Amino acid sequence: MKIEVRLFATLREGRTKVLKQEVPEGTAVFTVVDSLKIPRQDVSILLVNGRHGSFESIFQEGDILSLFPPVGGG
Amino acid sequence: MERYSRSIGTLSGPEIEKLHAARVAVVGCGGLGGYVLEMLGRMGVGHLTAIDGDVFEESNLNRQLLSETALLGTSKAVAAKKRMEKVNPEVFVTALHERFSAENAKTLLDIHDVIVDALDNIETRRLLQNVAEELHIPLVHGAIGGWYGQVTVILPGDRTLDRLYRGNQQNGVEKKQGNPSFTPALAAAAQAAETIKLLTGRGELLRNRVLRIDLLEQEYSVIEL
Repeated sequence: MKIEVRLFATLREGRTKVLKQEVPEGTAVFTVVDSLKIPRQDVSILLVNGRHGSFESIFQEGDILSLFPPVGGG
Repeated sequence: MERYSRSIGTLSGPEIEKLHAARVAVVGCGGLGGYVLEMLGRMGVGHLTAIDGDVFEESNLNRQLLSETALLGTSKAVAAKKRMEKVNPEVFVTALHERFSAENAKTLLDIHDVIVDALDNIETRRLLQNVAEELHIPLVHGAIGGWYGQVTVILPGDRTLDRLYRGNQQNGVEKKQGNPSFTPALAAAAQAAETIKLLTGRGELLRNRVLRIDLLEQEYSVIEL
């Protein structure tokens, strides 16, 4: 099934803004995040279809995963 | 009221009066905090508490409004008070040259209407969220790193930081990206606006939503959390 990954801020470095991927049924979010070589501590906001999601969420056809890195400075 | 004549329209006369009676604590007087204090003071927020245990270092000069070459080695909190005496002497600034910690947190923050999170690390921000919740005081969070920033309003019970910093994140992109002059100014402006809205009851708060700022791509997203 088709899913889309949208990367933000520094997560775009060496990657791209939007990736369209074909994944098997039952694929979890972490599988895709790991395949992109994004360390989990580099993800602060994780949205599936614009709603708060988790690394364990299972993709449905057409899902859009959005990943933002943490900012903590002042 | 000539001083506030250009604020009229944005706010009403009675709303400006309300600001004069308000008490806001700004935790951290660095990149974000310097600008937040400046903006709140110019709007006439009557009582500002500036909290920071640090002194100015040369590496602050690229961005921190309160920093000056001549002030290197002196207290950031005291600089906030001295600057406001020049900008708006009607504002009373309490300068607390103390590092915010679990031991002094409640004493420093009690009896404020709003707390502004202008800290520079995630661990202390988590502590601040806990203390603000315990004291039942709204918290205006802002954080930056490189070209990127975020702002949100946290009311007691919301625990929004738990969703913004999942797991045990200690650092953000600022460790590699540094902190330029323009990102803190923009994030601080959004924090100041949210603070004024909390104090006057105006508008729609950034509550359970986070504004994410990307100045490299000029993308601004408000994300429901």
